[in-house]
Amino acid sequence: MTTNDPAQSPLPDSVDGMVTQTPTEHAETPIGPTTLAELKELAGRYPQSRSALLPMLHLVQSVQGRVTTEGIETCARILDLSEAEVSAVATFYTMYKRRPMGTHHVGVCTNTLCAVMGGDEIFERLCGHLDVGNDETTADGAITLERVECNAACDFAPVVMVNWEFFDQQTPESAIDLVERLRAGERVASPRGAQITSWREAERVLAGFEDGRVDEGPAAGEASLAGLRIAQERGWEAPPLEEDSGTGRGGETKQEAAAEADTQRAEAETVAEQSPADVEGGADDD
Amino acid sequence: MTDVLTPVLTANWADDRAWTLAAYEAHGGYQALDKALQLSPEELVELVKDSGLRGRGGAGFPTGMKWSFIPKDNPNPTYLVVNADESEPGTCKDIPLMMASPHTLVEGVIIASRAIEARQAFIYVRGEVLHVVRRLRAAVREAYEAGHVGTDIHGSGMDLDIVVHAGAGAYICGEETALLDSLEGRRGQPRLRPPFPAVAGLYASPTVINNVESIASVPAIVRGGVSWFGSMGTEKSKGHTIYSLSGHVKRPGQYEAPLGITLRELLDLSGGMRDGAELKFWTPGGSSTPILTAEHLDVPLDYEGVSAAGSMLGTKALQIFDQTTSVVRCVLRWTEFYKHESCGKCTPCREGTWWMVQILRRLDRGEGQPGDIETLLDLCDNILGRSFCALGDGATSPITSAIQYFRDEFEAGLTTPSAELFPPSASTLFAATALAGKGAAS
Repeated sequence: MTTNDPAQSPLPDSVDGMVTQTPTEHAETPIGPTTLAELKELAGRYPQSRSALLPMLHLVQSVQGRVTTEGIETCARILDLSEAEVSAVATFYTMYKRRPMGTHHVGVCTNTLCAVMGGDEIFERLCGHLDVGNDETTADGAITLERVECNAACDFAPVVMVNWEFFDQQTPESAIDLVERLRAGERVASPRGAQITSWREAERVLAGFEDGRVDEGPAAGEASLAGLRIAQERGWEAPPLEEDSGTGRGGETKQEAAAEADTQRAEAETVAEQSPADVEGGADDD
Repeated sequence: MTDVLTPVLTANWADDRAWTLAAYEAHGGYQALDKALQLSPEELVELVKDSGLRGRGGAGFPTGMKWSFIPKDNPNPTYLVVNADESEPGTCKDIPLMMASPHTLVEGVIIASRAIEARQAFIYVRGEVLHVVRRLRAAVREAYEAGHVGTDIHGSGMDLDIVVHAGAGAYICGEETALLDSLEGRRGQPRLRPPFPAVAGLYASPTVINNVESIASVPAIVRGGVSWFGSMGTEKSKGHTIYSLSGHVKRPGQYEAPLGITLRELLDLSGGMRDGAELKFWTPGGSSTPILTAEHLDVPLDYEGVSAAGSMLGTKALQIFDQTTSVVRCVLRWTEFYKHESCGKCTPCREGTWWMVQILRRLDRGEGQPGDIETLLDLCDNILGRSFCALGDGATSPITSAIQYFRDEFEAGLTTPSAELFPPSASTLFAATALAGKGAAS
């Protein structure tokens, strides 16, 4: 993760006078006209183009599998920055990888709560099973394993992330099964997310391009609903909204009719809210 | 007297396809926007001020007051930035909110932007939550398509653009000025204040930065009004909020209640501690808030109550640990986190967290040296209040509070490894299910 990383050298590796490439270099798609146009599009989304640097580096990773020298040079050129300025950013954030990544990124939360709840044991078992250490990639190039910090899912501890999708309440066995299915190319879906694609495809979404998977998965996992379920069972709710009708809608607008219709629908819904009957609906989406 | 639990933000999370515009509108969504468009920006600021809403991201600063600091005579554009970089260990409320009901946040963003007269808003969401990023982007797109965002919103003349911006992995970006530097495409390092963001924030322009839950609370306040919001909570900590229970409890999860509920009540709701477990220690609001113990079960979980107990309400992230857990191991891991996430800008935090990890590691191994505890406390004393930002302060909280309540365990670290005193396997989720003989992990 430093600028001295050999993989980051601007010169090709030279062995006995022969120019060689590491196997993963072949997998790196050059930054072509399409990517260039997309990088510029990202730069155009902000009042000041430099704000697009983080998304642009995500896009570089999605195309090239890591933050390459070419990627840094390209971002610098588009944003009129020095390469040092771009490198300084690329080396600050843990999601930017300077070494080639596996097809899938598997992150085991080993921050305190997940560690105590079993994350440490899961990480150790995965290291042994995959024969890799932290931040290393399996020999077959399928999995890069990393210890990650708190991923904001403590009520689902211990948590494993695959390409930044949640896998909740894991055990060493379930985690090993998960990575084996990923290695075998089986279809794997996050219980609170979409079907797993690849780390690179995930990076493209993070950069700012939708992938059409937003409607996969449920609205929430069971732990997220723990309090709501109890409230529904016991008939507890917040005091009713006043909905004071005194707000004169002075300026009539085109949306006025629709807004009125929505109000009526919502009033009907307010009654329906008390019934937990329809709460399971979201589970069929995937 | 209100009900024990008061779902407002969480009320629609179990709805069918809750993340879609259609589902949100069926639940009364975007009605608050219509109402807000009838109010002047000044009236909106006053409304939120009068409601008593305080920041839900940790510091508890009054939200309306923050809005009112935006100067009216500054020639630069005003920006709204939502801090959706939820990364404080233990904290897990904003992520499910944005996953289940991103439109609640989007509607709040539009209303808040009107209040501060911003024409551009950003939602800075941490990068490590792919599906949440998907849901946010789709919600913003749907809001544009419906005319809730864009130009001349609902014929009001208000214009607003919203950009969903994914971070790239750095806890420090939850600190608001570091977040601004990151959003400007730089390393996320905190800025010297003053000037405060309200005067010189994003692009050196007036900027309001609010936590997700704070902004998401605004639509209901607009619809329900000041007295509705104030009918929940305590005198100085008004309203509903999301408490996140995790760890050795039977039913971890999100519990939305009036401010001031106690851990005893929350534990009661969540089925209590896991079988055979006793409460040993807990954080009231993430790892940066000093730990508390079983003697604090009846502390009202509002800003004043937790503060009076010697800690902070923080993010209301209640991480619960039972008697199988080594406090030294936990404190070491939290300190390793702060060391890893220290941005390196200031010496007390950068060097201090490194030294604290060295000492805690040997205590954890049972190889502590005489004077280690005093050295730890001395280091904390030199970091707290002397660091550039709150990360350094937060790093001292677990250490000083754990030594206060469990000094004997640190002393044991001079001779005995923590893993010997507290075998880690006994603390795990799978150990619990094996002991209890039921499939709680399903």
